[in-house]
Amino acid sequence: MIDFSVLTENWRDFLEGFYHTVLASVLALAGSFLLGTLVAVLRITPSRVLNGIGAVYVELFRNIPLLLVVYIFYIGLPAVGIRLPVFVSGTLGLMVYTSSYIAEAIRAGIASVPKGQMEAARSSGLTYVQAMRLVILPQAIKLVIPPISNQFLNLVKNSSILGVIAGFDLMYYGDIVDSETFQTLSTYFFVGLFYLVLTIPLSYASVVLERRLARSG
Amino acid sequence: MDFIGAYNPDNLRFLLEGFLLTLQTAFTAIVLSFVLGILLGVLRYARIPVVSWIVGLFVELIRNLPLLLLIVFAKLALPEVGIKLGLFWSTVAALTVFEAAMIAEIVRSGLNSVDKGQIEAARSSGLGYTQTLWHIVLPLGLRRMVPPIVSQFISLLKDTSLAVSISLAELMHNAKIISGQNVNFVFPILIAAAVLYFAVNYTLSLLARRMEARQV
Repeated sequence: MIDFSVLTENWRDFLEGFYHTVLASVLALAGSFLLGTLVAVLRITPSRVLNGIGAVYVELFRNIPLLLVVYIFYIGLPAVGIRLPVFVSGTLGLMVYTSSYIAEAIRAGIASVPKGQMEAARSSGLTYVQAMRLVILPQAIKLVIPPISNQFLNLVKNSSILGVIAGFDLMYYGDIVDSETFQTLSTYFFVGLFYLVLTIPLSYASVVLERRLARSG
Repeated sequence: MDFIGAYNPDNLRFLLEGFLLTLQTAFTAIVLSFVLGILLGVLRYARIPVVSWIVGLFVELIRNLPLLLLIVFAKLALPEVGIKLGLFWSTVAALTVFEAAMIAEIVRSGLNSVDKGQIEAARSSGLGYTQTLWHIVLPLGLRRMVPPIVSQFISLLKDTSLAVSISLAELMHNAKIISGQNVNFVFPILIAAAVLYFAVNYTLSLLARRMEARQV
């Protein structure tokens, strides 16, 4: 049923794919965290215009498919004369798509800190920025961490989108091994195992983290 | 950018045909995954020896794999064990199994959130375990599950686009073909595709939000 020679004879290909899957996930996470924080800041400023821009960004990218976002970079940019390596296009698409979810998680976390906290901090003489940094954000972080760790898990799975645009990830190399060995079932069985090596520890860690945060009140 | 050329009647018809197939695929998978998801969620919640454990293992396994892998697997690997599905049913099968695993988790945590006092009250008034589950726990739990399940349907509709990898002629597949005709069509067509997805998904997300607001 499962032919292990597919793995032993092609382990270099699998590892190459695994490496790009990890790299795309880590790069897109770091980028989407920065971008998501920036968009979340737009959403909580008193300015209506900035608020609107942040809201449009989040709603737009959460309601269209990841593949469409990736296509903006993969076929959209070349159409206006900007050429990027495929891996970069895919990673940028992943970053933008994920950032909208992270922005929403941060906004919801901040919004669920009781209003009285901000008022109390301000009336005790702190500036808006100080109140945010010292009072609001430390409370919000507990509510923000579980959805963000969940997003990282989604990001690892979503990085498979690179396979659709030939971006050197696990799915891409799976396709190559499949076409060399003609052992489709075994090939994708091992591709699946490589994903599980990443995702199962991640999902277990996020459950543990959530419990710990819940206990710390 | 050539919007007028990109939106000629033939292209628009081709794009809408793709969207129709996207909706058909998504709708079929929504119905099937809703039924299968509730079934799996209840089986996992009910703590039936062996059965719950196997269901739990299955749900965790599927939830931790990329959907794209499942779609490719359904189309290319299943024929090796004698299961031959066409493009449409390969996609529907993969979407159904994947989203059902997600819905099963929503159902399980929804059922777990039902107040234990309600269950004890039902049992002590003489209802059997199955009756309590069916008449008390499910109706109470389901109300809380509806908004996240609607959000899951949004994901499902977006995820249908992954079927481009096996060349199902859905919206993204047709959008890419039209984009290939002329470099000036690329952005207008991507915008048109985004508008179609957004229209349906944003409506669904407003619906989910309204339901959530009503529950509080």
